[in-house]
Amino acid sequence: MNRGGSSPSAAANYLLCTNCRKVLRKDKRIRVSAPLTRGPSAFIPEKEVVQGNTVDERTNFLVEEYSTSGRLDNITQVMSLHTQYLESFLRSQFYMLRMDGPLPLPHRHYIAIMAAARHQCSYLINMHVDEFLKTGGIAEWLNGLEYVPQRLKNLNEINKLLAHRPWLITKEHIQKLVKTGENNWSLPELVHAVVLLAHYHALASFVFGSGINPERDPEISNGFRLISVNNFCVCDLANDNNIENASLTGSNFGIVDSLSELEALMERMKRLHEEREDEEASQEEMTTRFEKEKKESLFVVSGDTFHSFPHSDFEDDMIITADVSRYIEDPGFGYEDFARRGEEHLPTFRAQDYTWENHGFSLVNRLYSDIGHLLDEKFRMVYSLTYNTMATHEDVDTTMLRRALFNYVHCMFGIRYDDYDYGEVNQLLERSLKVYIKTVTCYPERTTKRMYDSYWRQFKHSEKVHVNLLLMEARMQAELLYALRAITRHLT
Amino acid sequence: MEKMSRVTTALGGSALTGRTMHCHLDAPANAISVCRDAAQVVVAGRSIFKIYAIEDEQFVEKLNLRVGRKPSLNLSCADVVWHQMDENLLATAATNGVVVTWNLGRPARNKQDQLFTEHKRTVNKVCFHPTEAHVLLSGSQDGFMKCFDLRRKDSVSTFSGQSESVRDVQFSIRDYFTFASTFENGNVQLWDIRRPDRCERMFTAHNGPVFCCDWHPEDRCGAARGGSGRVARMGAGEGCLRTCTAEGGPSPERRPLSVSWTSRRGWLATGGRDKMVKVWDVSTHRAKEVHCVQTIASVARVKWRPECRHHLATCSMMVDHNIYVWDVRRPFVPAAMFAEHRDATTGIAWRHPHDPSFLLSGSKDSTLCQHLFRDASQPVERANPEGLCYGLFGDLAFAAKESLVAAEPGRKPCAGDRRHPIFFKRKPDPAEPFVGLASSALSVFEMEPGSGSMSWFADTAERYALAGRPLAELCDHNARVARDLGRNQVAQTWTMLRIIYCSPGLAPATSLNHSVGKGSSCGLPLMNSFNLKDMAPGLGSETRLDRSKGDTRSDTVLLDSSATLITNEDNEETEGSDVPADYLLGDVEGEDDELYLLDAEHAHQEEPEYVLPQEAFPLRHEIVDTPPGPEHLQDKADSPHVSGSEADAASLAPMDSSFSLLSVSHALYDSRLPPDFFSALVCDMLRFYAEQGDVQMAVSVLIVLGERVRKDIDEQTQEHWYTSYIDLLQRFCLWNVSNQVVKLSTSRAISCLNQASTTLHVNCSHCKRPMSSRGWVCDRCHRCASMCAVCHHVVKGLFVWCQGCSHGGHLQHIMKWLEGSSHCPAGCGHLCEYS
Repeated sequence: MNRGGSSPSAAANYLLCTNCRKVLRKDKRIRVSAPLTRGPSAFIPEKEVVQGNTVDERTNFLVEEYSTSGRLDNITQVMSLHTQYLESFLRSQFYMLRMDGPLPLPHRHYIAIMAAARHQCSYLINMHVDEFLKTGGIAEWLNGLEYVPQRLKNLNEINKLLAHRPWLITKEHIQKLVKTGENNWSLPELVHAVVLLAHYHALASFVFGSGINPERDPEISNGFRLISVNNFCVCDLANDNNIENASLTGSNFGIVDSLSELEALMERMKRLHEEREDEEASQEEMTTRFEKEKKESLFVVSGDTFHSFPHSDFEDDMIITADVSRYIEDPGFGYEDFARRGEEHLPTFRAQDYTWENHGFSLVNRLYSDIGHLLDEKFRMVYSLTYNTMATHEDVDTTMLRRALFNYVHCMFGIRYDDYDYGEVNQLLERSLKVYIKTVTCYPERTTKRMYDSYWRQFKHSEKVHVNLLLMEARMQAELLYALRAITRHLT
Repeated sequence: MEKMSRVTTALGGSALTGRTMHCHLDAPANAISVCRDAAQVVVAGRSIFKIYAIEDEQFVEKLNLRVGRKPSLNLSCADVVWHQMDENLLATAATNGVVVTWNLGRPARNKQDQLFTEHKRTVNKVCFHPTEAHVLLSGSQDGFMKCFDLRRKDSVSTFSGQSESVRDVQFSIRDYFTFASTFENGNVQLWDIRRPDRCERMFTAHNGPVFCCDWHPEDRCGAARGGSGRVARMGAGEGCLRTCTAEGGPSPERRPLSVSWTSRRGWLATGGRDKMVKVWDVSTHRAKEVHCVQTIASVARVKWRPECRHHLATCSMMVDHNIYVWDVRRPFVPAAMFAEHRDATTGIAWRHPHDPSFLLSGSKDSTLCQHLFRDASQPVERANPEGLCYGLFGDLAFAAKESLVAAEPGRKPCAGDRRHPIFFKRKPDPAEPFVGLASSALSVFEMEPGSGSMSWFADTAERYALAGRPLAELCDHNARVARDLGRNQVAQTWTMLRIIYCSPGLAPATSLNHSVGKGSSCGLPLMNSFNLKDMAPGLGSETRLDRSKGDTRSDTVLLDSSATLITNEDNEETEGSDVPADYLLGDVEGEDDELYLLDAEHAHQEEPEYVLPQEAFPLRHEIVDTPPGPEHLQDKADSPHVSGSEADAASLAPMDSSFSLLSVSHALYDSRLPPDFFSALVCDMLRFYAEQGDVQMAVSVLIVLGERVRKDIDEQTQEHWYTSYIDLLQRFCLWNVSNQVVKLSTSRAISCLNQASTTLHVNCSHCKRPMSSRGWVCDRCHRCASMCAVCHHVVKGLFVWCQGCSHGGHLQHIMKWLEGSSHCPAGCGHLCEYS
């Protein structure tokens, strides 16, 4: 599929960034050669992933055990860089898709499709279209939302909010869904659906963030599969993935730059660690730091002029992905910054008042038994996963870095930890990384290889995948917290 | 010193007074703590920090400690504790990791005393030393516990739990140096305050976070009051309660019968996210779980009830907003319940360490409540005090209040009761305030041997013949089987079915007006006779008619030599007569051995005596059903051959003469009824059996009768019967029968059961690898895997092998070989056996 050479259709399979489009318009003769991206990811050289893979019996075992499709898909391949995590991921995913649960199997896959469609993630959509049909779903539903029962359609609102602005979910939304009537949802069903939605929103982040390639062997097209639209502009991929990325080989100035970058980061971490004891910021200071971080996340993207999509351009792309939109309503609804200037002040979500460990877990486990344990294990795993390495350095305590990443994601969703000094985020996460985080968590479909490459140039790909995992889980937890809090409020 | 404090804080003669009441707070509370004078309570939360005085009728706000213009995170309290020695001293834990102490004695408006900012993460819990005035302990999300001496500016010692998140810390009331801490990973650690390097003991208490713990407040002398003998008896009672409530069989986690507690000084109660409260005895070398209470939601706080040895109060942080007081020995029903709060209860405290009747609570719904124990609702009262449960082998256990059982005199002679009822008696404990612990009696009833056994089912299933023989034979065979097993009704049903569907050709050789004598002598010949005469195996009368039509038009077709006694005229005559009843059933239930043989006239006379249910055997049927005209004649013409014409009366001798008998007289014209005349009836009968739970009968009849009734019962019902019967058969391991049933069923859904998982995987006998493509040649070692030991050819079909020496070959060959020799054909010397 990706090897189409210079055929125009191959080019059409990729989005074109505005810049390329301009170039194209100017010079019609330019032949856009479709890049050769092999392997599971467009961002990560194939051998990086495969290398780790062939050795890994464990992964194969896990796939056999828990994969719904029964094969090693690209997501799993990339994740298998972190086998420990992969296990808990696959287990929880398998549980929500295949094991006892309040929702019928085809519905689960349809909900996954709806969730993935919010981010135009054709990879996940295709995957679940197949699964949907395999589990006996009604093919007609795949024509779009008008064809599904009203009950599923009612999920739209919550899907939309969860995906883009979870803080807007209120108990009224929950009430609307569960109030008795013909199309009402029972609470366990709703919780199951919410878990699925959050999972697939977050997974979409991972797919885009890691540049997951479409599956190589699309099974016989059943007419519902989407054209594999790779959301990466050709110019991103032009540098062949088979040869080492320029910035990674370090044939140019990049090496000096990134080396010092890494050293600086290490230095800052050390300093922060020491500082903790002596310097103590005042309360006001802490609050302002959080607000500042929140506000700053506003501007994070606009700096990246080259790759940010002005709104109009983005709408152009909508045309390409039009068939995705049949699974969603209100496609224009997107992420909006939590801390918007001049808007009514939304209350900050105090993490201590509704934590996953204390509250979320209990609720979720009560209504959809055992998923709580699986999710809990997954969150714990991703949060504590470490090899004590940073790029070339070994024996590094990365707790601080992991916490910064996790909390920064939550910060963008308006969740604040009282006991966290948001000044750390500023110190530890450089601008390019923040851009990447913001893009991946808030509008993953806009992620580009350039963004992926531009941060932490010295780090290994597996470490960047780890970052993606952290972002994904942080996002999922944030969505879950908002949704579950609304459900709790509905219950009380 | 401690004793002295007790004296000073004791009630001083005047008991606490008050009523159940509540007051509204401005914001959700996170924790509460009571002053030692039992007259004040402090409430702390994210945006509230106030002291209320508890008066008789109401709470009165006394002091707002949250001063200053700018709200600081230091005031966002996760926990608060009031010193039990010094009524001016309080400590709070802030969500941002700060520990603050407050001195109410300060003259300034701001009572804040000291600020400890040593924790990096939220501090979950603070705790004062029960007797030491200046020692404060804190446990934080960062996994550390710190001990502060309030006379110094920073911590005295730091304890590392080597784990994420300390959820609770509690000083032991007894041991001056000991404290317990609970962790997010489910562990509980016991520390010596003097040894910060490592914990004294650690054990896993819960699955998931342990949110809280509380030491048993009872002191040594109090413990001495409780004798161990009484305890042992209670243990037994507990066991009884368990068995009654647990599902099926004796509970595996039955409580140890004797709990030795010389003291409860080492008792620690822990509550976790796994919805359990566990009571640990940590005084011994290994922490031992002595009690376990299962709640319905994660346990956020647990507090022992003062003066009540076995009571503790719990509340939950999610879903369930009630406060429960449990008797730990009765872990299934809370002793008391307070349901005042509308949102999660976050803090509970007993108002006075020696008064068990006042409980204070703070909640997320922004209220502070005082609960009076006497106003509590007692779920026990609403609980059903009887328990009933079936055991695996049909035993029935029944538990009820002893008084209830004893009051019923007829208990003993109960038919199936072979064992004497077992009584677990619980002596009333005078010190026990909880009167609900009445003694209960547990009776176990065993099934009468045989009555509960399902051996008849298995026997029947195995012995029934369902196909492969003529219908009449099948019916008779099955009737015999049923009768052998003492199931007379079923036997009769089979007999009747035979008569309904195949009587014409099968009437016994007795001629009209011949009476068959009593006794079993006639039984055998009877069978013989119809066996001999049976001419159209397995065919219904319909087909027989058809055939005869094709064969010959002769008026008297006598295919059977013995069937000549009645002429056509007779036939006609009989038909013309309006003999109403065609069958008559003798009274069956073992009253007498007499065999009634009734001919048509006889039946007529006897009719008033043998009244049959109208719907079962419709009377004047021939008028409606016998078709007039030529067909009629044709019928008549055919009838002799079909019926054997000599037999108007079918009489069946019972196989077991001690039992009843059935006598049927049937007139000749019966045979001319269209065969589906009875089908509605038969269908009703099948449904009746199925509803009675005898799906075996329903399915067997369905299979035996085949097309005759199938169309009258809807597919789904049939499928339902089939699946239930197959399920039953498989439970009894009657695989062959179940397979036969599957095979014989005509329902597609059923017969496809046999099509599933029909693959048999074979491994090569040489290289032990699976043989994928063909079953007899291994792709890897290119050898033929299964050779016949007799003919030395490859076996491509059924391969039978000896499980002793694993040689084998073609089924036929092996069978033949072993007829002549007892040794293995391969010459290995093994004595093979073919069975």
